[in-house]
Parts: sequence; structure tokens; C-alpha cells
Amino acid sequence: MIVLLWTDALLWVLVALVAGYFWLVHRREHLAAPWRRVAQSPAGMMALVVLGAYVLVGLADSLHFRPRLEPGGKGNGPAYSVEVLSVLDVALAPLRMRTETTYSEPLATRAYARETVDLGGGRVTREFPRLRFGGALLAREQDRGRDIAARVLRGIGVGVVIWLALAAALVGVFAARSTGGPGTLPRWHDRWRAVWGGQTRVAWRGFLAAGAALSVLVCVVASLAQGYHVLGTDKVGLDVLYLSLKSVRTGLMIGALTTLVMLPFAVLLGIMAGYFRGWVDDIIQYLYTTLNSIPGVLLIAAAVLMMQVQIDTHPDLFPTSAQRADLRLLFLCVILGLTNWTGLARLLRGETLKLRELEFIQAAQAFGVGHGRIITRHVLPNVMHLVIIALVMDFSGLVLAEAVLSYVGVGVDPSMISFGTMINAARLEIAREPLVWWVLAAAFVFMFVLVLAANLFADAVRDAFDPRVRVGGFTETAPA
Amino acid sequence: MIAYLLRRILYAIPILIGVNLLTFALFFVVNTPDDMARMQLGIKRVTTEAIELWKAERGYDKPLLFNAGAQGASRLTETIFFEKSVRLFVFDFGQADDKRDIAHEIRNRMWPSLAVALPVFLVGIAVNITFALLMAFFRASYIDFWGVVLCVAMMSISTLFYIISGQFFASKLWRLVPISGYDGGLDAARFVILPVLIGVVSGIGSGARWYRTVFLEEIGKDYVRTARAKGLAETTVLFRHVLKNGMIPILTGAVAQIPLLFLGSLLAESFFGIPGLGSYTIDAIGSQDFAVVRSMVFLGSVLYIIGLILTDISYTLVDPRVRFG
Repeated sequence: MIVLLWTDALLWVLVALVAGYFWLVHRREHLAAPWRRVAQSPAGMMALVVLGAYVLVGLADSLHFRPRLEPGGKGNGPAYSVEVLSVLDVALAPLRMRTETTYSEPLATRAYARETVDLGGGRVTREFPRLRFGGALLAREQDRGRDIAARVLRGIGVGVVIWLALAAALVGVFAARSTGGPGTLPRWHDRWRAVWGGQTRVAWRGFLAAGAALSVLVCVVASLAQGYHVLGTDKVGLDVLYLSLKSVRTGLMIGALTTLVMLPFAVLLGIMAGYFRGWVDDIIQYLYTTLNSIPGVLLIAAAVLMMQVQIDTHPDLFPTSAQRADLRLLFLCVILGLTNWTGLARLLRGETLKLRELEFIQAAQAFGVGHGRIITRHVLPNVMHLVIIALVMDFSGLVLAEAVLSYVGVGVDPSMISFGTMINAARLEIAREPLVWWVLAAAFVFMFVLVLAANLFADAVRDAFDPRVRVGGFTETAPA
Repeated sequence: MIAYLLRRILYAIPILIGVNLLTFALFFVVNTPDDMARMQLGIKRVTTEAIELWKAERGYDKPLLFNAGAQGASRLTETIFFEKSVRLFVFDFGQADDKRDIAHEIRNRMWPSLAVALPVFLVGIAVNITFALLMAFFRASYIDFWGVVLCVAMMSISTLFYIISGQFFASKLWRLVPISGYDGGLDAARFVILPVLIGVVSGIGSGARWYRTVFLEEIGKDYVRTARAKGLAETTVLFRHVLKNGMIPILTGAVAQIPLLFLGSLLAESFFGIPGLGSYTIDAIGSQDFAVVRSMVFLGSVLYIIGLILTDISYTLVDPRVRFG
């Protein structure tokens, strides 16, 4: 039975919107030009590859269903499990199922804590027990090092093969498109040299470099994961790699859905304030100054606390815990969106104030074009670059904010896997002796790579879209 | 000037009323006091009497907006809205759910917060300016390029990471400073130094990068070319002219944050056990003490508005071309 969670639905709507936007861009030269400049930036392309990998994981984790249970009862129709799974869960089923009893180090064969083991005949001993799955395929435990090396080599081999196939396909396609018209295809050698020398219009070299790193890494991890817990296990024995991959969706959701919520407010109110001026402007300015004047975390905390009361007093509204956690995530995004639109709205108001005095808009007004039409046809296209820049710049901050909010206790539902909840659960273990470091390390590294890629991509987009950068050379906007 | 200030202060009043109405709506209309009581006392197995008692003890047993049962003016004053929201305007914060006086707590906890936040603020600005000037001096070279890369990387690291790793290395591994806690007087320095250091380091990424842009924008201006044309050394140009003019946007931007320093930092204070307003707020959120959260929201917006006014004043002080209209 397919379960359509609210956040899933909205995410797919967002994907459709983005796809529609790029279809539109593809057909219009003046819209496509800045994106082409993004594609020219090696850092931007590398970031795009990494972001793409994260988005794939997130999207695979956004197709949910409830598996059908084995028919046991009579004639009541198919029964469905209360557990909500996603496509990613199925793909990672080995990781999800192979749970140990408690902590274990990355690639370990034995647990991290001593346990009492019954040797039979009334004798007991305390030792580090063998893991149920980590290194269980090994015939002798001493072979661990050799086995790991073999798996790594195999992973690298497969990764390189995949990458070579990708590179060959790319060079072929690129050459066909760059020369226009069949029959005049340049030789493979020349195409390859163009890509390698960074002479292509799209920065394929950066794309391939990031692709190489990514495919080798993924293959090595996949090859190791078949026999070990690559990133260890957490307190209740769950595989940390699985937890990290599941967290990706939460991070992406917070970034993406907040944007979706914030956008209509920011664009509509910002442009209206700048365009109509007078009392409309006064009201909108009052609105965003008031919202701005409450410290962000406090406003979010107040709203989330209130939502928590609602959820706790109406437990009957949610059939599964996944649905409850999902609704809480959605509300968190809505709240973040409602507190975040003010910055962009203020920017758009200022830009619209300038635009409405320009000749082409004055002319449109003189011809008697309606306000709505002027805004959609003349103002909106001319502020779109600001909107796009603000959207990509905000994303990374939101991913970081999720972890902090979860720590404060106003983040996602505690049952939902996210970077914040992972860090929160592991943070107290830092005081333990010996140290449990891998859960924190995994969460921080996964989060760091995502945020870094988002930041680099945002920089590339801003450089391509901001007209000041092209004219003046050195200009950047202040961080919000 | 005085007239302008007065107008700005008057303009702040409707904003504070707006904040107040918003929090009132959030805390009392979306959820009734009954919901709050049930939340505090446990969802299940709670009797009506217990709820009534909880509400009466905390003064939530009155009507929301209009008390039909009272006489005269007390029809309006004997309500939750008046007692809990309007009184905030005279900074009468009332009692927390654990019956302690909120205003007293705020007065006591303000200073530890400031002891951490103020050094972070001052040292942070100095460090960020130093790094930004360095990058601007070596602009368009490898030092500049890798400096920016480092800034972007540092921006991408979660604050939680800085705090947790700082605490782990400095306190647990090397035993340089106590892991958490606070003490009055000069002893406070031992406890404050690590949070301050972490606060500064975690701010370098975005701060230095932003200041670098500011300086580079100044370097592109005509007066800098003139200064170079008359033969000044690059360092003189940078320190005498660019630094001075670049300070205008930096300082006016920083002034807005000064009042908010009193609120302290939520994360650092709770991790390091500093009894400031930040940890007070976190505790209140954790124990769902709505009275405290409400007071902090109001206090925060008052401080924000003061910051806005200070920014406007500082513009005229540093840039004589700006006049109040």
C-alpha cells in the first residue's frame, strides 16, 4: 500500500516545479545564459554532482509504502504493516536489518562493550562478543585486515570501471552536441583532450573529477558494507551508515520545503510593497519588522512548542508514528518558512521600488496595462535573479539550523532520523571512556559535505546571476 | 535629532504591540490554558480539579479577553490578556511556572551571558577584520583564493561540531580548562575562555568573507586610486584609507547586535553550563515553561528594536553625509 506523506507530496511538487522551470529556461536564451555560466564553473559543477547524489538518496527515501503482511487472517482483505518503509529502506534492507546489540567500531568484528558470555556447563566469562553481522563472513578473525583490503580494492576497481563508462558516454554525447550535425564528429582523441584540457563550454572536467571521487567512494563503501558495519553501529546496534543516509532526506526536506513555503510570501508581499507603496507598503513593512524583531530561535521555539501541545493532546489524528513525525517535520518547515521570508521580501521591495520608476514600466502604465499584468510580465522577470540567489543561499543555512533546533528540542520529531537527532543522541557519549566517536563523526561529515556542496553551488549561482559581479569584478552580497 | 529619536521610539510601540499580539495568539488562542495544564501534568489520568488548581496557581483561570463577571475597569484588567501580555510593557514579567520571579532571574542571568557574548563580539570583529585585510592585501593571489576556500569550508561546519570538539580536546583530552560551569568574579575567566574561543572561531568563516567583500569594494573606489597615484605605499593605503572607510558598514552592522548580546548564546551557554539567559531559555523550552519563553520573546524584540535605533544613530555619527529627515 502506497503511503503518500505530506512532505513527500510537497517534495514531488517542488521537483515538478524545478523541472518545469528548467524546461522553460531551456527554451529561452536569455534565461538560459546565466545557467550556462553556472555550468562553466568547475566548482559549481563539482558541487552539483555531490548535491545530485544527495538528492537521489533523498528522493529514493521519499517514496513511502506500507508492506503487505503475510495473509494470516481470513477474508479481511490484505493487512498492512504499521511500519512505513521507503524505496531507500528496501534498497538498503541488508543495512537496516543487520542490527547488533550495542555500539561497535567502524569495520569491527567485535562489540564495543564486554558482555557476559555463557560458555556452557555453568562457566561464564566476560569478553567482547563477536558481532552478529560485522565480519561474520570471515572464516578466521585474523583475516580481517586482508579481507578489508581485498574489498577496498574490489570497490576501487568497480568504481573506476563505472567511472570510465560514464566518461566515455559523456565524451561521446558531448562531441555529438558540440559539433552540430552528424558526419563531422571529431576524433575521440580530440574530444577527450578538449574535456581534459577544460576547453569545453560546460565544465565537464570538474563534473568528471567529482564523479570519479564519488563513484569510487560509493563502490568501496558498498563493497565493504556487504561484510561489515562501515561506520560502526550506534547505541541500539543500528548501522550508522544507514542512519546517515536516512538523515539526508530530513536535511533536504528542511531546506527544500521551507523554501517552498517562504517563496510565495516573499515574492508576493515584497513586490506588492515596492510596487503599490503607500499603505500597502506600510502594512507589509510593519508585518516583516514585527516578525524580524522576534529572535528567530525563540519564535520557532514558541511555535513548535504550541504545535507539540496540539499533537500531544490529539494523538488520535495520526494512524502511524511516521505520519506524526512527518506532520511535525512539515510544520517545522512551515514555521521556518514563515520566519524566513522577511529577508528576501525586503530585498525584493527595494528592487521593485527602483524598477517601477524605470521607463518600460512607466510606459506600460501609460498604455493602461493592469497592475497584475505589469507585475507578472515586467517586474517579476526582472527580480527573478534575486529570488534564485536567495533560494540557493538559504539552503545551506537551513540544513545547519536543523541540527541546532533538534538540540534545543524544537527540531524534528525525536523518532525521526536526522543529523540533529543523531548528534543529540551521540553527544553525551563523548564523555564515555573509551570514546564513541563514529556516530558524531558520521553525522558531521555527511552534514559538512552537503552544506559545503550547497555553499559552493550557491556561490557559483550567485556569481552567474548577480549583474554586479559581472560589471564590477569584486562584489559579493553580505550573508543574511 | 531628538525629534527623530522620539519618532523612532514611537514607531517601536506598534511593533511591540504586534509582537505581543502574536505571542498572545500563539500561547493562549491556538492552545487553551487547559491544553497547557494537561501537557504539564501529563496527558493521561489527569483530573479536572488538578487542571483547575494548576491554572489558579498560575493565574490562568481568568477569561481570555473580557471578564463579564467583574465590575468596571476590571472587566478588562481581570483577564489573561491584560495580566500576562499587557503587563510585559512595563517589564512586569510575572512568575515562571516554578513560581520564581522572572524579572529577578533575568537581572541575575544577564551578566554571565554578557561575560561570554561581549568578548566573542569584540574579539570576533577584530579577528575577522584581520583575516579580511590579509585576504584583501593579497587579493587575486593564492593566499586570497585559499583563504576564501577556507572561509567557505569553515562556514559549512556546524556550530555544534566546534563546541563538541572544542570541549573534547581542550577540556577532556588536554585538561586545560574546566569542561563546564561558572563562577563569579575573576574566576569566571577560567570558565569563559573556551566558549569565547569557540564562539570566535565558529564566526570567522562568514565574518571574514563578508568583511573581505567590504574591503574589496572599497579598494575599487576612486579615492584609493588617487592615494596610490600620489605614491602611497600599499600598506598605508590599506590601513589608512581602506580600513577606515571599510569600518563604516562593518561597525554600523555590528551596532545592531550589541543589545542582543544580553540574551547570550543558546548553544554555548547550555553546553558549557553558564547560568545566563541563553541556558535559561533552553531550560524553559525543555521544561515547556511558557511564561519564560513569552518573556524572552518580548525582551528579545525590545532589544532588537533598540539595536535598530542604535544603528540609525551610528550612521550619522560615522558618516556626516547622512542627515535625519
